[in-house]
Amino acid sequence: MRYLRPMIAVTTTLFYANSVLADNEMDTFKQQLNALQKDYEERIQMLNARLLKTEKNTQQVNTKVHQIDVKLKQKEFSPVISRAQNTFNPAISLILDGRYASFDNDPDDYKLPGFALGAESGLGEKGFTVGHTELVMSANIDDKFYGKMTIAIAEHEAEAEVELEEAFIQTQGLGNGLTVKAGRFFSEIGYQNVQHAHSWDFADAPLIYRGLFGNQLIDDGLQIIYVAPTDTFLQLGAEVLSGNRFPAGGQHNGAGAWTTFADIGGDIGIEHSWQLGLSYWQADDVVGRESGGHSHGNSAVEETPSFTGSSEINALDLVYKWSPNGNPRNKNFKFQFEYFDRKENGGVTMLNSGPPVETTSYDGHQKGWYVQVVYQFQSQWRAGLRHDQLNVNNTGSDADVLEEAGLSNEGHTAKRVSAMVEWLPSEFSRIRLQYNRDESYEKSDNQVFLQYTMSLGSHGAHQY
Amino acid sequence: MAHTNIRENNMLHQMIKIVGFSVLLQLLCSNTVYAQIKVFACEPEWAALARALGGHAVKVHSATTAQQDPHHIQARPSLIAKVRRADLLVCTGAELEVGWLPLLLRKSGNAKIQPNSPGYFMTADHITLLEKPVVLDRSLGDIHAAGNPHFHFDPHRMLQIAHALTARLTKINAKNSGLYQQKLLQFSEQWQQAILKWKKRTQVLRGKRIVVSHNSWVYLSQWLGLVKVATLEPKPGIPPSSRHLSKVLGQLKQKPADMILYADYQNNKSARWLSQRTEIISIGLPYSVADEESLIHWFDRLLDRLLPVES
Repeated sequence: MRYLRPMIAVTTTLFYANSVLADNEMDTFKQQLNALQKDYEERIQMLNARLLKTEKNTQQVNTKVHQIDVKLKQKEFSPVISRAQNTFNPAISLILDGRYASFDNDPDDYKLPGFALGAESGLGEKGFTVGHTELVMSANIDDKFYGKMTIAIAEHEAEAEVELEEAFIQTQGLGNGLTVKAGRFFSEIGYQNVQHAHSWDFADAPLIYRGLFGNQLIDDGLQIIYVAPTDTFLQLGAEVLSGNRFPAGGQHNGAGAWTTFADIGGDIGIEHSWQLGLSYWQADDVVGRESGGHSHGNSAVEETPSFTGSSEINALDLVYKWSPNGNPRNKNFKFQFEYFDRKENGGVTMLNSGPPVETTSYDGHQKGWYVQVVYQFQSQWRAGLRHDQLNVNNTGSDADVLEEAGLSNEGHTAKRVSAMVEWLPSEFSRIRLQYNRDESYEKSDNQVFLQYTMSLGSHGAHQY
Repeated sequence: MAHTNIRENNMLHQMIKIVGFSVLLQLLCSNTVYAQIKVFACEPEWAALARALGGHAVKVHSATTAQQDPHHIQARPSLIAKVRRADLLVCTGAELEVGWLPLLLRKSGNAKIQPNSPGYFMTADHITLLEKPVVLDRSLGDIHAAGNPHFHFDPHRMLQIAHALTARLTKINAKNSGLYQQKLLQFSEQWQQAILKWKKRTQVLRGKRIVVSHNSWVYLSQWLGLVKVATLEPKPGIPPSSRHLSKVLGQLKQKPADMILYADYQNNKSARWLSQRTEIISIGLPYSVADEESLIHWFDRLLDRLLPVES
């Protein structure tokens, strides 16, 4: 049994041997063929891969060549490095402003009962006049300082007056969110105060600005602002001022006036943004602040009220802006509200009066607010509405002198409603039509302004 | 009366106090983590590039979205707060942001990102610009003295900028230079592949005649071989007037174009008006990357919008 199985196997093998041999030959042939095919396939694949690689390399080389080409061109043209101001010369811009004004009342009769108005606080002249012509020069002085000067040229009673509105230096990138400014500048009190007249939304200042500051609070001094490293915008600041310009007055050794202010602001989503500000101004030692005088009958000399005492102002401002998708170019909306509250304590003397010289103690309290909305409904058109209101409660030992000084409210609440529409051919030009229903004093006035404001020269960046 | 006044004043004083107090709180809390490089990108394309090249080492904020016209941004309080804390500014330059960026820089009180410091990176400084005007005159519209600043539509320039930006990131944050090199390698490989792909896809666009709304497409046209035949704005930055539009209409009636292009953020009224009268297709193109989108994806999307014209 042991040999039986191998024997069977051998016989079977022998029996089939011939045919097996033939099959083997075929297999070998097939195998060879397969191997050959496989070999070729592999080679083709390899070639293909090499071809792809070469192609890729060529493309890479092409890109490199392009890059080198561009770089070479760059060298040839030696590009002007684009800085904010790309020349050493200061950025110069000129604001041309002119208007046609029509008033029902005589603008010379204008008064704001309860406020002793400073110079330049009137309505301006009627008819055609050239308004504030502003010349602005600014530049980075070096890597640490920036400087700016604004000269306003206005005509008063056929005499051209040149006023130095701003002349300051300011640190850039002092670090830790600090910025220091020195010289003459617009105080950071309120919201609109830092804006140049040409960027106001109406032809005239809000009544409360007219009453308190003679349109704008400008003084010489030092300002320091700190921006906190927070996601919500938060800035704190203080100013030490000379205090010899309206609405302060007198010469001071140290600071004649000072301010503190805080602003917070941010975005709500992409379309909305806001800013809320609180500010405070104080002048403890106002000496001889004179305001617009008036003459009695035929007398040639003007009796001018002069205030001496202390003065403080609290202010609140709120601004909200909206634009679709956060893109204000074609459509945007702006809401602006400001509230001021001034308290004064001291005495008022009528200069050039008497004898005896008219004088009274003075305890002043003046409040005022305005609210305005401006809607840009097309890329070249804006329209706006504004409401002003004042509230005065001044007292003094001699009511007659107060009244003569213009500090009595005459039982009147000053109000004004304004509406305007603007056409903006480009971002450098603007033509505005404005109507005021002005109830500053008891005799209400209809006022119409047609105003152009154009800016020549370098782009100015505008504040929020 | 006097009583209410005193109360009002007290309220104001209290509000000032509250604000002061919250500042102190914020100050105390803010000194926590300072690990990442804070990048302030003026436009979303640079935000996307910074994200791609900086990886986890950077925290990027884009000042604008693709829906906003980068010429006309307001120096909003939120932007000042962001610039205040930025380590690196990545912007276009070439006067594109001249209406708002200088103000942000001045107000920020941040030394790191002032001009000429390492944290001040203007992409325009690292490439050549087209359309550098010979004459500077405002009657020619809102032109840029340095040249046309809408170069983010050129992928080749984008790659150059990527190299420069990596160098800058390395300079500011040498600690992560390895990461930045690796990211750049990765980016440029993908980018070159993408350029090849785009080139193949857009062969059909070569020589197509286009009407544009603003001259924002110079670099795109140059890259894709498009031919600009008319501009809807009579002058850069001046909205199309009906007189100018009818002139363009007359011109197109004589010699038609293949498409009218405008940016998504732009007012498309005039483009549509013209399209209706000439039966030329008007196409709104995504001006920049959307939120968190990659640059490659944005280019793909841009070309998708351009290409259906062919089918």
